[in-house]
Amino acid sequence: MSDLSDLYQSVILDHNKRPRNRGRLPTATRVATGDNPTCGDNCTVYLRLDGDRIAEISFDGQGCAISQASASLMTTQLKGKTAAEAEAAFAGFRDIVTTGREPEEFSETAAFAGVHAFPARIKCATLGWHAALEALKQPDQPLSS
Amino acid sequence: MPPDFSAVRDQFPALHQTVHGKPLVYLDNAATTHKPRAVIDALVRYYERDNSNVHRGLHALSMRSTDSYEAARARAAAFINAADPAEIIFTRGTTEGINLVAQSWGPTHLKAGDVILATEMEHHSNLVPWQRLAARTGATLRLVPVAGADAEHGLDLAALDRLLTPQVKLFAFTHISNTLGTINPAADLCARARAVGALTVVDAAQSSGHEPLDVQVLGCDFLSFSGHKMAGPTGIGVLYGRRALLDALDPWQTGGGMVANVTYADATWKPSPERFEAGTPNIADAVALHAAMDFLDGLGRPALAAHDHALAATARAALAEIPGLRVLGPKAGSPRAGLVSFALQDAHAHDVVTFADQDGIALRGGHHCNQPLMRKLGLPSTVRASFYVYNTEADITALVTSLRRIQKFFAG
Repeated sequence: MSDLSDLYQSVILDHNKRPRNRGRLPTATRVATGDNPTCGDNCTVYLRLDGDRIAEISFDGQGCAISQASASLMTTQLKGKTAAEAEAAFAGFRDIVTTGREPEEFSETAAFAGVHAFPARIKCATLGWHAALEALKQPDQPLSS
Repeated sequence: MPPDFSAVRDQFPALHQTVHGKPLVYLDNAATTHKPRAVIDALVRYYERDNSNVHRGLHALSMRSTDSYEAARARAAAFINAADPAEIIFTRGTTEGINLVAQSWGPTHLKAGDVILATEMEHHSNLVPWQRLAARTGATLRLVPVAGADAEHGLDLAALDRLLTPQVKLFAFTHISNTLGTINPAADLCARARAVGALTVVDAAQSSGHEPLDVQVLGCDFLSFSGHKMAGPTGIGVLYGRRALLDALDPWQTGGGMVANVTYADATWKPSPERFEAGTPNIADAVALHAAMDFLDGLGRPALAAHDHALAATARAALAEIPGLRVLGPKAGSPRAGLVSFALQDAHAHDVVTFADQDGIALRGGHHCNQPLMRKLGLPSTVRASFYVYNTEADITALVTSLRRIQKFFAG
């Protein structure tokens, strides 16, 4: 069972049960949805940029503990970042979930290192990140209701 | 008392392994079943002894291959009580059989204003081909609703009668829902369709390996199933079609083996079944499917159905005791197949499947190729446990123990 407690660390369970920045962001100017067609999970990420930085970010959707916790944690990581910094943060996160190597500096994202032992679940962990990067690529426009 | 099949387990080599250090408990039979030694041996024997092309060669091996392939066809006809082996077309599986009907029958028989009828509980393979055919011909696709909060009442038969107008040219429905376990009253549905002059296509993917099947009792026009969900190999399936219909249909693929006479300008077609089997067929898997059908009839299909139904009923009762667990599908008293679909309040299906896998238990979690139905049920996904001849009550005990631990982990 040590493998599973590696996968479902307390940080992940906490973000799954008490997700941060969950729900539609009324002030969002960019939105993108990621779908996982094999399981039907989805994650929508809402962004409001202030200049070139992410001023506000939220997520919504349905999915497993890994995808929901990852999206929740991501929102806490990306707030205040530029698009380039967000891409670098995703590269770092992807390295953690695909290799199991923990980051040199302390980060809650290290909790996702256990995912690498479950290759089928890597796409769960990256679902929200893909949606966020997709939203960052879009032009600003008011969110239609 | 369900029939005792405890000795049958020994005939399935793949069941005797450990997964993550635990004995394998295989409960993903609605996705694919394991194969008995007799089927594996038939496959190996064919390649070691008879391997050759069919219907072309005049040498000994080719004649043996041809005889074995055609014997498999006759066996499949007997398996579903088709009147004539020419009504058996070998396909890659259920999906290909349905697509064959959609592509071969559809464009020449449908026009704008016609209606194709399917149901809300169809697998994507019996929904998407009809969506495409409707778009191509200008026909309209309508769906028979499933009734009840958990779809527990099965198809809404009153709605079916309203929907079955003379505009309906084809009614496609599943015999058994792979998501809910509902057993539809297939003979009754075919009779209702026939009364308005509509042809019927029965998706028998979930029934062929479990329930007795008789196309003459069902009264269907087409019926499609897969070998790999009935102890046979992957890559082989059967499309049954009534002979008179098949001989009036155009081919869907063309090439060698299906032509009667070819000039540089044109060609004419052989009758069914060759007309629908262009190219070298999947001879080896057809031969192994023959062995699978012998195996199932050796067990006795009514006894096999009783065994699977009894296990699923035991599982439903045991699962219902777990806090926060919702069992989907028909309630007791309605016809139900040997599978159970459920959702845990605090744990997503994928998390459940990952946890259970660590206990050596193979489950399916997801939308089961049934996305629109899952949306209707208000669930992103469910977990499914599906039973076969080699499963036992001990497997259910292992499942319940694992699920209780998972429930506690995520709720705690």
